[in-house]
Amino acid sequence: MSDPVDVLIIGAGASGAAVAWSLAETKMHILCLEQGGWMNPAAYPSTGRDWEARFFGDFSPSPNTRARPEDYPINDDNSPIKVVNFNGVGGGTIFYTAHFPRLHPSDFRVKSLDGVAEDWPIDYDTLAPFFAENDRMMGVSGLAGDPGVPPRDPPMPPLPLGRSGTMLGRAMNRLGWHWWPSDTTVATVDYEGRAKCINLGHCTPACAQGAKASTDITYWPVAQRAGVELKTHCRVRAITTDAQGMAAGVVYYDENGVEQFQAAHAVVLACNGVGTPRLLLNSASGRFPGGLANSSGLVGKNLMFHPYAQVYGYVAEPTDSNRAPPTCLWSKQFYETDPARGFVRGYTFQFGRGVGPIMEAVASEAKGILPWGAAHHAAFRRLNGHRLGLSAICEDLPEEHNRVTLDPVLTDSHGIPAPRIDYTIGENTARMMEHGIARAKEILAAAEASDICVNSPILQGGWHLLGTARMGTDPERSVVNEWGRSHDVKNLFIVDGSLFVTSGGVNPTSTIQALALYVADQMKQRLANLFD
Amino acid sequence: MSGDELLTPTQRDDLRALAGAIIPASAEFGVPGADDTAIQADLLATLGRDAAAVREALNQLARVAGAPLAALDTARREAAALALRAAGGHAVATLTRVVLQCYYRDDRVVRSLGLEPRPPHPKGHALEDGDWSLLDPIKARPPFWRRP
Repeated sequence: MSDPVDVLIIGAGASGAAVAWSLAETKMHILCLEQGGWMNPAAYPSTGRDWEARFFGDFSPSPNTRARPEDYPINDDNSPIKVVNFNGVGGGTIFYTAHFPRLHPSDFRVKSLDGVAEDWPIDYDTLAPFFAENDRMMGVSGLAGDPGVPPRDPPMPPLPLGRSGTMLGRAMNRLGWHWWPSDTTVATVDYEGRAKCINLGHCTPACAQGAKASTDITYWPVAQRAGVELKTHCRVRAITTDAQGMAAGVVYYDENGVEQFQAAHAVVLACNGVGTPRLLLNSASGRFPGGLANSSGLVGKNLMFHPYAQVYGYVAEPTDSNRAPPTCLWSKQFYETDPARGFVRGYTFQFGRGVGPIMEAVASEAKGILPWGAAHHAAFRRLNGHRLGLSAICEDLPEEHNRVTLDPVLTDSHGIPAPRIDYTIGENTARMMEHGIARAKEILAAAEASDICVNSPILQGGWHLLGTARMGTDPERSVVNEWGRSHDVKNLFIVDGSLFVTSGGVNPTSTIQALALYVADQMKQRLANLFD
Repeated sequence: MSGDELLTPTQRDDLRALAGAIIPASAEFGVPGADDTAIQADLLATLGRDAAAVREALNQLARVAGAPLAALDTARREAAALALRAAGGHAVATLTRVVLQCYYRDDRVVRSLGLEPRPPHPKGHALEDGDWSLLDPIKARPPFWRRP
């Protein structure tokens, strides 16, 4: 048995890295266990000629397809949206589009404003300083002055509009609808040791240039220099508790597959909205038969994904295609509630620049607009490099039947029960998606696009894993309190997307990391009586 | 294990014939077909984790065609290929994707599209700045985000 550490963090992704960095200044002994390893940018897909093909293999967004040793399988057969994630130092920030909007102030007050779901126990202003701190640490590029969001001041200038952004901006102006260059974590100038973007284009499955922020190159180097210890290829099986019902430590498998126990005075979960409830449920014991920290019965429930309604078409002029970061603009035109639309809450439009030739060929063939035979070549030349697209990122409201449980059969390579997903798209969200599709078609018509295609929902679109251990002041209606501490186990904290009470209609990484910094700040302020 | 070992000679012949039916050579565009020797070699060498699905699709093709595809005349070959496409499913989609991903990374094909046959890194690409004056009317709008 090893000596106890002061703080044990499980997971080295977006939130784990942020909380580790923030807590480092306390000079406590902080250890992070990560089931994956350090990534090697020289081996990222964009360095090889098979850069697109690897998206269907070892760099698939789906852990079930990717099936690397550090991945765990997920039974998502009973869901129209499949879970996508990444395991390794950096976690999901290795494999994301780098789109970096924040939740809006209204997102924290959905019950008060719109009579649905529940209000958060904190508000936007509470997180505002942590949003700004995270923007600085991750390195955000963007343009201040957007009338669609609260004031913020990105530390780097925005990405170029490019051809695609110009075409889409022009179309939005024809309709009189809001648009703005997206905040992204792509460095547009050299920033804190990161080289600026050179438009590799294939950004989502990891950036070989290091221009896209991922926590292995942002938070972790700083946290390690400050003394945080990070052990890789260590997969936690369960959190154990002592006679007082406090977390005692974790049982994990080390890089050699040998079972180990690590004692800790405090445990912080940062495993995302599927991994965290999986671990809590796998930590059931005689004292906690329904899973750890689960007296509310809500661990694993209220899973929210953000269903994506994707619409794209083809224009006569060449677009930026895959030769630039994929995301260029957002629109908040339909974000805030308008009862006349037939649903409450709303969505962000996220605009894309295009895709590479293999992605185009595979997608167009599947849609039936790329023929087999002699007509193939002319058709492909009309499509390739001419795609304009956008997605409505729709707010997913919490529903308890949407949940993560333990699969009775499926296990990972260590024999640990794997997560099972049961999920359906709610009626309000379905109406929102239809609205988004109709508006997206209007936008593409204004851009004079043809051959309109729809993916709704995006099947491999379960990027955002939220709500499965939510925060709140009522122990019967939440898993952790308003500063991330378990109601049941007073030295157990959660800092990942599981905390979300509602999902908003934006990519959540910025808010997840701001929450992690906020929880860390609360811990630091209460060190003298943290477990009272 | 390479595709030479993962597929039988008949399956390799059928795969090549099917690939040629999906993407035939084109004198107009100056490109080979997907049945080209180099493209087929790439396909077989990189089949890897897709081998099982490709074998399943080729078995499906054999049932549809009723004979080795290469032995059929052009009309019957195209009919069998289209019947396979219409049947769909994961295996057929995988086979089709494997053909497309090997075809569209062939140097000759990539050049025919006006692209450079190279990985994105380290050279990257140029990106136009775009027309920022388009943003002026948006900048003039008052804030409209909802204050709780």
